[in-house]
Amino acid sequence: MAGQAKGNPWFISVFVLMIFLLAWHFFTLTSLFDARGLTDEQLQLMEFNGDIVKTPDGGYAWNPEKEKVKGVPGPLAVLEKAKAELAEAFVIKGTNDHGIAYLVFYTVSRFAGGFLAASVIAIMLGVVLGLNKVLFRAVNPFIQILKPISPLAWMPLLLYTVKDPKWTAILVVFMAAIWPTLATTAFGVSSLRKEYLHVAAIVQLSWHKRLFKVILPGAAPTIVNGLRISFGSALVAVVPAEMLLGELGVGYLSWIEWNNLDIAGVIFAILVVGVVGVILDSGFNKLAGLVTYQE
Amino acid sequence: MSDRIATRTLSFDHGASRETASFEEHFEQTLDRAVTAAVLQAAGPTRRQLLAGLGAAALTALVSEVFPLETLRAFAADPVGKPEKKDLSVGFIPITCATPIIMAEPLGFYKKYGLNASVRRAAGWAMIRDWAINGEVDAAHMLTPMPLAITMGAGSVPKPFYMPAVENINGQAITLHIKHKAVKTASDMKGFRFCVPFDYSMHNYLLRYFLAEGGVHPDKDVQIRVVPPPEMVANLKAGNVDGYLAPDPFNQRAIYENVGFIFKLSKEIWDRHPCCAFTVSQDFATKYPNTFGALFRAIVDATHYASNPAHRKEIASAIAPTNYLNQPVTVLEQVLTGTYADGLGSIKKDPNRIDFDPYPWHSMAVWILTQMKRWGHLKGDVNYKSVAEQVYRAADCDRIAKELGYPTHQSTTMKHRIMGKEFDPNNPEAYVKSFHIHSMA
Repeated sequence: MAGQAKGNPWFISVFVLMIFLLAWHFFTLTSLFDARGLTDEQLQLMEFNGDIVKTPDGGYAWNPEKEKVKGVPGPLAVLEKAKAELAEAFVIKGTNDHGIAYLVFYTVSRFAGGFLAASVIAIMLGVVLGLNKVLFRAVNPFIQILKPISPLAWMPLLLYTVKDPKWTAILVVFMAAIWPTLATTAFGVSSLRKEYLHVAAIVQLSWHKRLFKVILPGAAPTIVNGLRISFGSALVAVVPAEMLLGELGVGYLSWIEWNNLDIAGVIFAILVVGVVGVILDSGFNKLAGLVTYQE
Repeated sequence: MSDRIATRTLSFDHGASRETASFEEHFEQTLDRAVTAAVLQAAGPTRRQLLAGLGAAALTALVSEVFPLETLRAFAADPVGKPEKKDLSVGFIPITCATPIIMAEPLGFYKKYGLNASVRRAAGWAMIRDWAINGEVDAAHMLTPMPLAITMGAGSVPKPFYMPAVENINGQAITLHIKHKAVKTASDMKGFRFCVPFDYSMHNYLLRYFLAEGGVHPDKDVQIRVVPPPEMVANLKAGNVDGYLAPDPFNQRAIYENVGFIFKLSKEIWDRHPCCAFTVSQDFATKYPNTFGALFRAIVDATHYASNPAHRKEIASAIAPTNYLNQPVTVLEQVLTGTYADGLGSIKKDPNRIDFDPYPWHSMAVWILTQMKRWGHLKGDVNYKSVAEQVYRAADCDRIAKELGYPTHQSTTMKHRIMGKEFDPNNPEAYVKSFHIHSMA
């Protein structure tokens, strides 16, 4: 810790946010509709096309419906959209219109399924490879080749073989999450202090005690680092997977709002993706805190 | 396969009708012969016992002997028994072409025929093709060329599909970016970048036809990209493309967004051309004949309902919500009523901008196949007539129309007129050869 800096960081954060919101608000302000210089015919056409609406006093104003979709909407329009979405968070209006709470749930469970399955398999394989140097060296080239492939590149092939978009989405997350954990677990286990394993051998621990009391705890800090990288890449993969596969979720939400040119909706969806990420990330850090230690 | 046919055959027991009676007799006779051939020697087996005793393989052989495929196909048209499967999911793309399929849910057409169907929105045609092939949905909204292409394995794994009914006729347009207001003819469009919703689409074939008639080679002088319909306006707005031949509401939506204008309605290229269709796989139709029959009736009924101009405003508000099209009501109303802003500063009236007519003319299928051949989507010899008759269920459609009291047709083919040039469905190969601009090897 530096300990030298003065001032409350929270205050600075809030200040920066306020400045940002104000700037956003003023840059996206639109002027009121001015009917001067337009003929009645032009006005009628604009009304017909939904550009403007009649006001109760007989004049015209910009159509608020369209305001949402024209250019970049201001923070107030996004707030309106958020209010409307949150008010119906738990409403299912049909097969294609589920409330935001459901969408978040779908995304989180898709993410959790893929990430957990990948982690379990990667750790198991990683331990095997870490304990057997020859096998590790034999398999390593394959891991190095497969690791940098974007998980989304697998998608068409997965879709073709699995023939089910729900499982394909989970498998894309799986592919994103497996390699970093696998590589770091193998590395962590293979670089365990030799004394630990010697002691375990001397006191004649059974294999599962050796695994759970010595190997995994010993390699835990490295494994957690791998999991953290996997976590990030799985989180990155889940959103585009939903967009491409059309599976209901927060990623799909942002895509359909874009298709409908509802930019306020897009911004809202981005915010939701961010919030979901923060929640998952803090949950992960809590878990990670339980297994890391200082030597 | 054998199980499927067995199920199919057993279901005769429910459908007591004029049509099935003759099958039953025929079936009975052959069964008698089989019995005397002493597969089962038990004294006086009832038909049910025999069916159980014969086993699937023997039964399949028997069934394929007794039932030519042709008669099996006619089954959807028989009066409906109880649907074998009531809870259905029907895939659709959020465009006005799918109007009858979509509105059948909120306006209760599926319910009317004893089905609990919900419509499921797909983001693009490739997605809906995969859903349909993999059985993710029971029935699907497709483009009229798609069931032909899928059946023949063009751009997909081959799987036999039926197209019981066309959804809309007309209802597409060439929309250009407003910066191209000066464009008058196809030759002004050289170097343009267009998008179409799918390779195997009427949009693609009509755009290609239009360009080629104007002396522009669609594979050499312009770029044509496949972009899912919902993304087209966003692409036009972003300046990625110069224009598109797209389904509505995305033509009208471009005007609503003040980024495009309607250059030409597709009805000016071919009046009453087919556009989208209702499809099921042959597997589904044979496995659930009663469900298929009920769906077929619901769709034919809904399509005729949508054809009535008096219903169009009601339909526009029924399909506008987020669950269906997710579009401003005014855009849908302009499309469906045919009174619309054209993006060039005037309001036009054309009540036939989009219309709905379920009858799947075989000649339409033949025309589509000629264009698939012309642009290299199909290679080798094509048996135009037999593919058209296998996929487009014209006779069934007419039988259902008659039953529901809608007009029927004398023939399943007619001569069409496309940009003034006559197409004779009896001479498809000569028609293909008559084009100077093509992409055949």
